[in-house]
Amino acid sequence: MPDVLSAPLVVEFPFTRSLGPVQSAFLTGLRERTVLGVRADDGTVLVPPVEYDPVTANELGDLVELAPTGTVTTWAWNPSPRRDQPLDTPFAWVLVRLDGAGTALLHVLDAPGPEAVRTGMRVRIRWAATRTGAITDIACFEPYESEPDQAEPAPHTGEFADPVTGIVVPARLDYVHTPGRAQSAYIKALEERRTVGERCPSCRKVYVPPRGACPTCGVATAEQVEVGPRGTVTTFCIVNIKAAHTANLDIEVPYVYAHIALDGADLALHGRIAGIPYDQVRMGLRVEPVWSEGARHVDHYRPTGEPDADYDTYKELV
Amino acid sequence: MPKEPVAVVGIGQTKHVAARHDVSIAGLVREAAVRALEDAGLSWADIDAVVIGKAPDFFEGVMMPELYLADALGAVGKPMLRVHTAGSVGGSTALVAANLVAARVHRTVLTLAFEKQSESNAMWGLSLPVPFQQPLLAGAGGFFAPHVRAYMRRTGAPDTVGSLVAYKDRRNALKNPYAHIHDHDLTLEKVQSSPMLWDPVRYSETCPSSDGACAMILTDRDGAARSPHPPAWVHGGAMRSEPTLFAGKDFVSPQAGKDCAADVYRQARITDPRREIDAVEMYVPFSWYEPMWLENLGFADEGEGWKLTEAGVTELDGDLPVNPSGGVLSTNPIGASGMIRFAEAALQVRGRAGEHQVDGAARALGHAYGGGSQFFAMWLVGSEPPPG
Repeated sequence: MPDVLSAPLVVEFPFTRSLGPVQSAFLTGLRERTVLGVRADDGTVLVPPVEYDPVTANELGDLVELAPTGTVTTWAWNPSPRRDQPLDTPFAWVLVRLDGAGTALLHVLDAPGPEAVRTGMRVRIRWAATRTGAITDIACFEPYESEPDQAEPAPHTGEFADPVTGIVVPARLDYVHTPGRAQSAYIKALEERRTVGERCPSCRKVYVPPRGACPTCGVATAEQVEVGPRGTVTTFCIVNIKAAHTANLDIEVPYVYAHIALDGADLALHGRIAGIPYDQVRMGLRVEPVWSEGARHVDHYRPTGEPDADYDTYKELV
Repeated sequence: MPKEPVAVVGIGQTKHVAARHDVSIAGLVREAAVRALEDAGLSWADIDAVVIGKAPDFFEGVMMPELYLADALGAVGKPMLRVHTAGSVGGSTALVAANLVAARVHRTVLTLAFEKQSESNAMWGLSLPVPFQQPLLAGAGGFFAPHVRAYMRRTGAPDTVGSLVAYKDRRNALKNPYAHIHDHDLTLEKVQSSPMLWDPVRYSETCPSSDGACAMILTDRDGAARSPHPPAWVHGGAMRSEPTLFAGKDFVSPQAGKDCAADVYRQARITDPRREIDAVEMYVPFSWYEPMWLENLGFADEGEGWKLTEAGVTELDGDLPVNPSGGVLSTNPIGASGMIRFAEAALQVRGRAGEHQVDGAARALGHAYGGGSQFFAMWLVGSEPPPG
């Protein structure tokens, strides 16, 4: 496929999470170097604790305190840590059943190499120096020769001073984005300040921007058609509030966000109208593009001075 | 073999609010589910399958709610599946659950939808920094406001109609203990003087951001016979979709919406929706969508929807009450909003809507839409079992 653009696309948001009573106690406990589990209806101690019994679905709340020592139940060696993983040197992903627990906790084990790791090995928690109430308050596990602690875990109220009630969980996805053949051609034409759509061979409609296929007929499109540069405002709104994602665009409110049917196109695209007071913009206004310096898109559209288009000439495009 | 009749025997909602910092997402959905079970007089063991819906993944960063929430919804060891149709998801989720019962795949299904907008990124999640594309200039309000202007131009509706809808819905919400916005001091004048956010859409004509969940228990004829309270019966249900943008798309009255309504009316043997339907729970996130959908759903001829609103027909005591619950304008946990419409329609025909009950409601329509007016989901519920 010739001349198809591609570029990295990183999608990253910090999501907040309210914890509810059980997770709040668990994470606050970690901050205080205390590992809490919850006793399920069948008596098993679940670590990390859950709010609802996985068998009976009943609400759970009987918290118990676990020892910081446990046994590796299975593991996998990670030779090349990635960003934001708990250790930046090679480590083992481990499931650790803490002494007194019936389930295993996923974490990492600091070990010199895979030959130093085995199922059944004894380990203990290495606490992080700075703890905030997060699973990373456990920096990692480390090998620790010891006998399993046979004592029954003691009940714990789960109450701490200044409990952690919410956390921020960043989520990040790394993509390589390609707009595909049709949009790549469209974007390249924009560099020459031309707007080029594609005509559907079946319904003859001209799509701008082109998508390489007609969404109505379901057939591929290839015939290129230059449209515009002038067009008609089919409808619009006046934006009076700055949204988070427009705040850095250096656009003063109010501004006009319009649907513009370029001459020769069969559906409207969206753009900003300037060069006219916002309260004088109207449906049918004839406009032309004003190109950004150094960028491959239209900065805004401005009036051409032509008479307004008659409603009947564009009403099918509204 | 005819379809199994489907009955709604349990409905549960959380009190919708701006932020539920006291519960996890699991705790939130649990609250709605437990209330639905209590309403139905059932326990977790009576549920055969769980069907869940939520807003698009990046709104909340919960990619697999069907895994994360299985414990909270008693789904361990049972089928659990997730439905995904943007803002209409609550409606489509209920319909998928209903179809499982109608097809006799399962006898009793818990269906649930939720959203914690306080912990989500509804705005950013819709505005990803896609390479080579010009940044978007407007959020959801900016997307829909030009279509409202197009409706006003097409019909010649006076520009006060939107404020009438907002004032009506917010007053109806005062009668609904679960509604998010309870503004006792609201007046029509305050709505009309509230700031223009995306002219022609004003602040008070815009939906809030809410945290909330809604759950329903759907069951077969035998299940309905055991219900401690009157069931609502599903007389028709349909979904339709179309692309967000295509040449010839009618944003004011999308074809997919018309087709979806026509399918529901055919199933329910409705020939005159205006006369035969007693209450409507319609997805109206911006006030002007009430007159727009009145036309799209066949309650008014093209260009005439605003006249019903203006004449008071859609008031709680009018002859076609629309959004007696207060609607999306008063409560909007996006992922759940469609299901709340479906559930509120069911509450009406069960006679269990409390203070916002429409007297004698025998047939009610629940409606949801989503995406760029591209996904539609509707059901028609009745107080009597469907004929046949």
